[in-house]
Amino acid sequence: MSILPQLLFIAVLSVAGVVLYKRVAFLRNTILLGKDTFRSDAPAERWKTMALVAFGQQKMFKRIVPAFLHLLIYVGFIVINIEVLEFIIDGLSGTHRIFAPFLGDGYTVAMNIFEWLAVAVLVSCIAFLIRRNITHVPRLTMPELKGWPALDANLILWIEIVLMVAILSMNATDQLLAERGVDGYLQLGGLVFSSMLSPLFDGFGDQTLVAIERFAWWFHIIGILGFAVYVTYSKHLHIFLAFPNTWYSNLKPKGEMQNMPEITNEVNAMLGVTASGTEESVTEIGRFGAKEVTDLSWINILNAFSCTECGRCTAECPANMTGKKLSPRKIMMDTRDRAEELSKGISAKGESFEDGKSLLGDYITKEEINACTSCNACVEACPVNIDPLDIIMQLRRYVAMEESGAPQQWNIMFQNIETSFSPWKFATTDRFNWANDLKGKPMNE
Amino acid sequence: MSNIYQIPTMAEKAAAGEQPEILFWVGCAGSFDDRYRAVTLAFVKILNKLNIAFAVLGEEEACTGDPARRAGNEFLFQMQAISNIQVLNGYAIKKIVTACPHCFNTLKNEYPALGGNYEVVHHSQFLQQLIDAGKIILKEGGAFKGKKITFHDSCFLGRANNVYEAPRKIIEALDMELVEMKRCRSKGLCCGAGGAQMFKEPEPGKKDINIERTEEALATGAKTIAVGCPFCLTMLSDGVKNKEKEHEVTVLDLAELLAADLEADDYTERGTP
Ligand code: SF4
Ligand code: SF4
Repeated sequence: MSILPQLLFIAVLSVAGVVLYKRVAFLRNTILLGKDTFRSDAPAERWKTMALVAFGQQKMFKRIVPAFLHLLIYVGFIVINIEVLEFIIDGLSGTHRIFAPFLGDGYTVAMNIFEWLAVAVLVSCIAFLIRRNITHVPRLTMPELKGWPALDANLILWIEIVLMVAILSMNATDQLLAERGVDGYLQLGGLVFSSMLSPLFDGFGDQTLVAIERFAWWFHIIGILGFAVYVTYSKHLHIFLAFPNTWYSNLKPKGEMQNMPEITNEVNAMLGVTASGTEESVTEIGRFGAKEVTDLSWINILNAFSCTECGRCTAECPANMTGKKLSPRKIMMDTRDRAEELSKGISAKGESFEDGKSLLGDYITKEEINACTSCNACVEACPVNIDPLDIIMQLRRYVAMEESGAPQQWNIMFQNIETSFSPWKFATTDRFNWANDLKGKPMNE
Repeated sequence: MSNIYQIPTMAEKAAAGEQPEILFWVGCAGSFDDRYRAVTLAFVKILNKLNIAFAVLGEEEACTGDPARRAGNEFLFQMQAISNIQVLNGYAIKKIVTACPHCFNTLKNEYPALGGNYEVVHHSQFLQQLIDAGKIILKEGGAFKGKKITFHDSCFLGRANNVYEAPRKIIEALDMELVEMKRCRSKGLCCGAGGAQMFKEPEPGKKDINIERTEEALATGAKTIAVGCPFCLTMLSDGVKNKEKEHEVTVLDLAELLAADLEADDYTERGTP
C-alpha cells in the first residue's frame, strides 16, 4: 500500500494544527486586551455552575423545543468526536477502523449509536434551518444579524448536515465493500441507518465504491478540521468558550454593581473620611468607565466571544421589545467585533495602533445604552451566563463622568441629589413631613 | 404600649439611650411622592400596631445614590453612600427594613464595599416573617378574601436579589386568588423605571414599557395589581390610567394590602410580643 495518503494526512493535520494554534493565540491575546480582574473565588461553586449551565445546559431548558434540538446536536457533536480519534489514528497509521477488532460487537453498537446521533443531528439542523429561514423565529431574524451573522448561523447548519451525510455515505459504501469481500473492509453486521442508503450505491463497481468511500472519509476528516478552524471565526466558539465563560460567571447578586475603588479614595478624601471601606488597593487610575474594549475587563471580552448570538437576551429585553434601539445581543456582538478589529490592528501595527474608532460611538451609541432599565432580564435569559448589563453600565459611567454627556434630565437628577439629597427637587427639611399625617394620632379609629 | 401612632427618629432614640430593633429606611419616594407616601404610612401603621421597636432617620436620611450610580455617576453615588454610611454607622445600625427594592439592593449589596454592613430586608420579607411567626394574624374572611389579584415582580427584588416568594406568601396569607401574569418571577417584565429611567423620558420607540406591562397585568382579569416597589407603583398606576381603567383596577403596595386587612379586622393584639 502506498504511503502517500499517510503523508498527505500528516500534511493536512499539521496545516490545521498550525492555523488553529495561531487562531487560538490570537483569541487569547484579544480577550486579554481587557483589564485584569479577579474572579477565581469560590472554585467549588464555579465548577458546579459550569457543570450545570455549560455541560448540563440548564438554562437552555427554559425553551423546551430548541433546547431539545440543541441537545441532540450537542451530544452528537461530543460523541461523534470520539470517532474522530479513530479517524486520526487510521489516517496516521494507514489502518482502517483500527478500533473494530478490539471492540468486536461493541464496535458495531458504537457505530450504530454514532449513526443514530448523526441522523438526530441532521434532523435538528434541518429544523433549525426552518426556524431561521422559513418560520422566521423573531429573535433569529433581527436587524443586527444581517449579513455575516445570519450567514454564519446558516453555514454552520449546512456544514453539519454535509458532514453527517458524509459519515452515513462512508459507512454505507464501506459496508457494501465489506459484503463484497473487498480487501481491507470489515463486515460490522447491521448498521441500521447507513444500510438504508445502500441501494443508492449498490449499482456501482468496486472501484467506484472505494473512491466514494475514500472521498467520504477524507471529506469528513478535512471537514472536521476545517470546522475546528472555522469555529474560531464564528459565534460557534461557544462550544468551547461556554465552559470557561460559565466558570467565570458572576456569582454575586445580579443587582450589585461593581465598585470603583479609585473613586472611593477620592470621595473619602473629599469628605474627610479615613478609609471606612474595605481597603482595596488601587493599581492604576485609567479613565472612569469604558469607552473602548480595552477599558472593559477580560471577562467582558470573554463573554463577547462566548456569545452564541441566540438573542434570548434581546427577546426578553423590555427596551428592545418596545422598539428602542437597545439590543443586549448587539452589545455583545459589537464588543466582539471591536475587540477583533483592535486586536488585528495591534498585531499588525504594534501596541500603539490607533484607528480613530472606539466601541462607544462607532459601534454602540448613547441612545442604545440610555434605554437600558438595568432590569437584568438579559442576564437571566442568557444560556451561557453572559452579562451585557455590566458593559452597558461601564459605558454609562464613561459618558456621565468623562464626557458629562448624560441625558439632560439625568443631569438635573444629579443636581437634585447633590443639592437636596433626593432625585427630586424637594427641600431636605421637608423629608420627614410625611409623618405629620400620622404621628400622635390615635390607633384603631 | 400606647394607643398613639409613634414615629421616632434615630436621633430621638439615641438621645433617650435606646437602640431600636430596626431602622425603617423610608427612601425618597417614600418621603416625597404623594401617592407613595400612603405606602410609608401603611407600613408605619403595621409597625405601630405590632408594637415593633423601630425608628426612622427623618431629615437625616438621604438618597442611597442608586439612580446616580445607574445613570453612570459613580462619584455622586459614592458621595451619597459614604455620607449615609457615616450616619448609619454613627447610630450603630444593625438591621434595616425598607419598602423600596432599589434602596434594598443598594444598602444590602453595594454598601458593604464602602464600609456599610447591615442586615437588610425588604418589607415583603419582613412582613412574611411576621406572618410566619404568627405575629400578624389575619382574620378568616378578611377584606380581600377570594378576590383576584396579580403580583408584579420588581426587577430589583426579583432577578436582582432572588426574592420571589415573600410577596406571594403575603398574598396567600390574605387568602386572595393570585393570578400570575404570563411573564412572572425570574421572567417578570420590567415596569420601565429601573436603571434611572424613572428620571427621564424613555428613548424613542414604538411603545412605553409600562403600557406593555400594564396590558399584561390587565389581561389577568385581576382587579388588584400588587407591587412591592415605589417606581413600579408609579409606572403601573400611570399605565392603568392610560388604559382608562383606574376606576376598576387598583395598584397597591403589599403593605397597603396588609394594613387595610388589619384595619378591617379591627385588630386586637393577639400574638404580639
Ligand atoms: S438590563 Fe438593560 S439590556 Fe438587559 S434586558 Fe434589561 S433593559 Fe435590556
Ligand atoms: S448574550 Fe447570551 S442570550 Fe444574548 S445572544 Fe449572546 S448567548 Fe444569546
